[in-house]
Parts: sequence; structure tokens; C-alpha cells
Amino acid sequence: MTSAISVTDLTKVYGERSALSHATFEVPLGTVCGFVGPNGSGKTTTIRMLLGLITPTGGTGTVLGESILHPERYLPKVGAMIEGPAFYPGLSGAENLKVLASLGGFPSARVATLLEKVGLADRGGSKYKTYSLGMKQRLGIAAALLPNPKLLVLDEPTNGLDPSGIQEVRNLIKDLASEGTSVFVSSHLLSELEMIAESLVMLREGKVLFAGRTQDLLAAQLATLVAEPEFSVDLNKLVDIAIRHGHEASVEAGTVHIVADAEWGATFNRLAFNAGITLSALTATQATLEETFFEMTGE
Amino acid sequence: MFNVMRAELRKLRRPTLLVSTILVVAALTALFTSIVYLRANSGQGNGQRGEIISPAILSQAAGLVYGFKIVSFFLGITALCVFASQTAQEYTLGTLRNLLVRQPSRMKILSGKYLSMVIFAIALVTIDAIVAISVSYGLAPHAKVTTTAWFTSAALSLLGRTFVNVLLTTIAFGTFGMILGLLFRSPISAISTGVIWSLILETILAGVVSSTQKWLPGQNFDNIAQGGSLTVSYKWSMGISAAYLVVGFTIVALLFKRRDVAN
Repeated sequence: MTSAISVTDLTKVYGERSALSHATFEVPLGTVCGFVGPNGSGKTTTIRMLLGLITPTGGTGTVLGESILHPERYLPKVGAMIEGPAFYPGLSGAENLKVLASLGGFPSARVATLLEKVGLADRGGSKYKTYSLGMKQRLGIAAALLPNPKLLVLDEPTNGLDPSGIQEVRNLIKDLASEGTSVFVSSHLLSELEMIAESLVMLREGKVLFAGRTQDLLAAQLATLVAEPEFSVDLNKLVDIAIRHGHEASVEAGTVHIVADAEWGATFNRLAFNAGITLSALTATQATLEETFFEMTGE
Repeated sequence: MFNVMRAELRKLRRPTLLVSTILVVAALTALFTSIVYLRANSGQGNGQRGEIISPAILSQAAGLVYGFKIVSFFLGITALCVFASQTAQEYTLGTLRNLLVRQPSRMKILSGKYLSMVIFAIALVTIDAIVAISVSYGLAPHAKVTTTAWFTSAALSLLGRTFVNVLLTTIAFGTFGMILGLLFRSPISAISTGVIWSLILETILAGVVSSTQKWLPGQNFDNIAQGGSLTVSYKWSMGISAAYLVVGFTIVALLFKRRDVAN
């Protein structure tokens, strides 16, 4: 078994509407895989099928080497938080976790450790309905960690968290991955995913747009040079120089944006100098995951 | 299944649910039993549907359990509400997905939930019995009821049989609530439908067209607790109740097993 998750042609149709269409991707074992896509692109449907909550209309899939048609074979080794945390409002955080611990046959003693791990040790005895959104999210993560999972499936784990909470979740995911846990995480915080996800699955309208290494996706995007002349009258001259040498260029907010690798920066600087233009700034930028996402999904 | 049962019992024993249900049951039992005894010498109706239960009747062995079984219908309605809300809230709170991730066997979830609620029903009936017998014993001298016959082996045997019958009635109403909970997937819809049907529609139907009593589920459930009536036998009520519940439960269990959990 080399994949934590592997799906082939996975499809879910509701009446006339296709929620997921022939999705094929793999999540390598022991890695963090980001799962991205606009709202309604089929992320949660996919996650629900992986967790045995809904039945696929077509296609096949395995989780930890077992068919998704037999979730009872792999779910004891899987932790999950789907579509935000959901608990009993009248029970305390600790009681809620104990309910799930009893259900899964896990020792109740684990509850205190997990509350400590997610920073809820001092509020474990408070009723869930008194929790803030961030605290509810932390409790959801604690519940997902109950089985000491080999695979962790998290749907928007940073929703409602403040910046330090987001950082804590990021570090937690990193720590789990370093211990060998595979993590499949959907998030709209693409900058966060860029920092932690070794691989990515990108969906749009139920179809897989990209599935592979994050590095490969970003490397495939064209780099941009941003040049700022000393005098703004030279902006259009710089655009002409770039276009004459076969590069797309445009003026944006007092700077010239040129689609070119960083290596061409020196040549461009020399060409500008020869044309009598002095550059006050020249920087090379690579497309971020967010920019790539917007470009690929057309959002 | 037993893991599910243990988990469900954790939810059922939360003070807001447990204490309030116990208080309601104890209060209703005390109220109904008190009415029977305090009005026993009035010559007016003090029993179910305006029956006159005189001190002479209460002084018999059956007097021990009269207060106990008179509350069975309301005990059943309480169980209906608890079973329905405990089942349907998993959908409205979104917690069903958590349960199914930790226990993918949907039949085990259903069986464990049901068992835990049966235990809850046993607790309710036990409280009903204790309160009813205590109030009956306490008010017997005031109502000029002699209690000698209550401590005979016949009375104790009747107590055992009534306990089982009231429990069966409570479980039957509870099962009806669970069926509605699984069908409607909303506590409010399930409880309101169950209560309106059992408490209002059935009572009106049975009052207007007495022959319908034989076929109405709630009337038959309650008839079990009473040990049968002159018009509908105990055996008939047991049979028709079991038939309704088995068919209803099988349908909703199949729906529960096959339906996508999309909320």
C-alpha cells in the first residue's frame, strides 16, 4: 500500500446534477495533501464518500488499502472532521469526546490528553454551547484525533480560528505528518496549504483540475518580473522593450509586469539601461497557490 | 452495539434531560394517583375516562397498581418525545456523521440507541411505580382504603405483571417516537406529529367511532398497560401493536441503512 487514498473515476450524481464526475487522484501515504476548490465543487461530497456517509454512483476507491465500500475496515484508523464541528450542545466538551470515545471503543483517558493538545484543557468541563467558534473547531480537531489516526481527514479545520489558532493547527498538521500520519485537508486558506501541503487535489464543478505535487503545480505557472522605472513616462517604453523580445507585458499600478523567468531579469535590466531608462526596482515573483487557484478555477 | 449503547447512555444521563424527565414523570404520577385517592369517596369519576374507582375497589389487590398503570399513557407520550428527539436530533445537530465515522455499522448504531432508550424507559417505569405506590400508600387512610390485600402474593404478582405491561406500553410509544424521528429527521416534526396523533386525533377518533379503538396504535399500546379492556383484548393489542411497530421499524431501519448522510 503506497496510497492513503486512491480513487478512480469516482462519481456521485444527484438526480440530474453531477456533484462529482469521474474523479481520479491519489494521496501518498504519510504526506499532507491539500484539497481545494470553490464552494460547491464537490469537496465535501468526495470526503463523505471516503468516509462511507454517502454511496458513490460510480467509480472505485480505497482508503488505507481498503475499498470505500467497506468503511468499517478502515474507519477505526481514520480521524475526521467534516463540514465543521458538530456536537451535543447540552454536554461539555469532555463529555462530547467521551461519547465518541465510548462509541469507537477508545479509552476515555485519551480525552484529557487531547483536550490539552488542542488547548481546551481548562474549558473541557464547560458546555459545548458556551464555546466560541474557535473552541468548537478545536474540539472538532480533538475528536478527529481520538483514534490516533493513520489518516486524518479535515474539512476546513481553520474556520473561525484566530491567526495564532491557525498557526497551531498548521503546526499540529506538520507534527502529525512528521509522525507518519497522512493528512487530507480541505481549506480555503490557500496560503496555509501552500506552506504544509506536499500534494494537492484541485476540483472545479465536480471535476479534478489538478492532482499531484504542489511544487509541480507552482513550477508550471509562469513567473513574473515587476519593474518600476525612475520616471513614470518610461513605463510604456519598458512594455515595448519586453514585447519586442517576445514577452507579454502590461502596466499595472505604476509598474510594468512582464511574464518572464527571473533569469531574464538581468537581460531586461541591461536592455532598459541601453534605452536610457533607469529602474528603481526590479523583482521576480512566482505565482502563489492562490493566484494559480484563481487562474485555474476561473474564480 | 454495546459501545453505542454506552455512548448513548452518556447522552441520556445529562442532567437537563434526566432530571427534567424524572420530575415530569414523578409529578404526573403523583398528580394522577392523588386524584384517584382524593376523589375516591366523591361518587364521581376519579379513574380513566370518568370511571368511578371506589375505596372498595382500591382495597383489593389490584388497588396497589391502579395509580401506577393510570399514568401509562402519559409515560408513553414522554417516552415518545424522548425517543423521537434523541433520534432526530442527530440529523439536526449534524452529529450523525460523527457517530457513523466512529461506528460505520448503521444497524449497530440503531440497535445501540434503541437499547439505551429501553434502559431509559425501564428507569421511567420504575420511578412511576415507586411514586405511584408511595402516594397510594400515603393517601390510602385518607380515602378509607384498606391496604391489607396489597401485601399478598397475588398483589405482588399483579405488580410484576403490571410493571411488564406498563414497560411494554412505554417502549411501544417510544418505538413509535423513534420511527417518527427516523422518518422526519427533525425532533420538532417527529414529536409534534406523534403527540398530535396519539393525544388528540386518536382520542377524538376513539371517542367518536369506538370501533376504531381496535385499530388505533396508541389506543392499543395503552391497552397493554391496562392488561386489556372489555372491548379490546390484551392479546389483540399485543399482536396489533407488535405488527405496527415491526413493520414501521423495518421500513425506517432500511431507510436509515441506505439513505445518504448529507447533512
